[in-house]
Amino acid sequence: MEKSEILNLLPYAEPFLFVDELTEVNENGTSGIYSFPKDSYFYKGHFKKHPVTPGVILTECMAQIGVVCLGIFLLKDEKTEAFKVALSNASVDYYLPVFPGERVKVVSEKMYFRFNKLKCKVKMFNAEEKLVCKGEISGMIKS
Amino acid sequence: METKEIIYCLKKIVKPYVQNDLAFQDFGQGTDFIKDLEINSANLVDIVLDVEDEFNIAIDNDSMDNMTTVNDAVRIIKSKQQQA
Repeated sequence: MEKSEILNLLPYAEPFLFVDELTEVNENGTSGIYSFPKDSYFYKGHFKKHPVTPGVILTECMAQIGVVCLGIFLLKDEKTEAFKVALSNASVDYYLPVFPGERVKVVSEKMYFRFNKLKCKVKMFNAEEKLVCKGEISGMIKS
Repeated sequence: METKEIIYCLKKIVKPYVQNDLAFQDFGQGTDFIKDLEINSANLVDIVLDVEDEFNIAIDNDSMDNMTTVNDAVRIIKSKQQQA
């Protein structure tokens, strides 16, 4: 399955799409890139006069690149046009802030995919390759 | 393995995922994992993975779909152990 095909099947759109590019996809994990546009809507309120990317958005970005893209790849043989996805668990530690305009790289490693549940270890790095956050994220993915 | 022994092991496995503590006090053959214990479908997967490790068996998709109560789980565990 082509990387561009996976991106086309993602069930997200602006302003809640947090994947620019998939750089690697295989049975065991993914990696991908996202740049947070300076004019993203959440910077207006997080925080007042001091824009920082919210942790929940970093988690969402990790989930989209690390878990949902991998899920689409793993379901490649099934009909994925109408697949359903739901976050079931996220446990994330945060180390560095991500400011408006920054580019991040997400790397995920599959722990298991059984009975429609995909669980991954996911890490996010900034442009200097420093660890921004890491954790375990799982979701239910059904075609 | 005796039914009683299997239920004892299951109770230990299920405990961390239970949302309804009151229903957990009456844990027994008739207990429904989702309706009674209010466990979500994602955690039910974790329970099944723990059951595989604990009883050293492999659970297939069909068995998973049929595992709604403790009684179902006991029946499936026993039949898989006999196959092994």
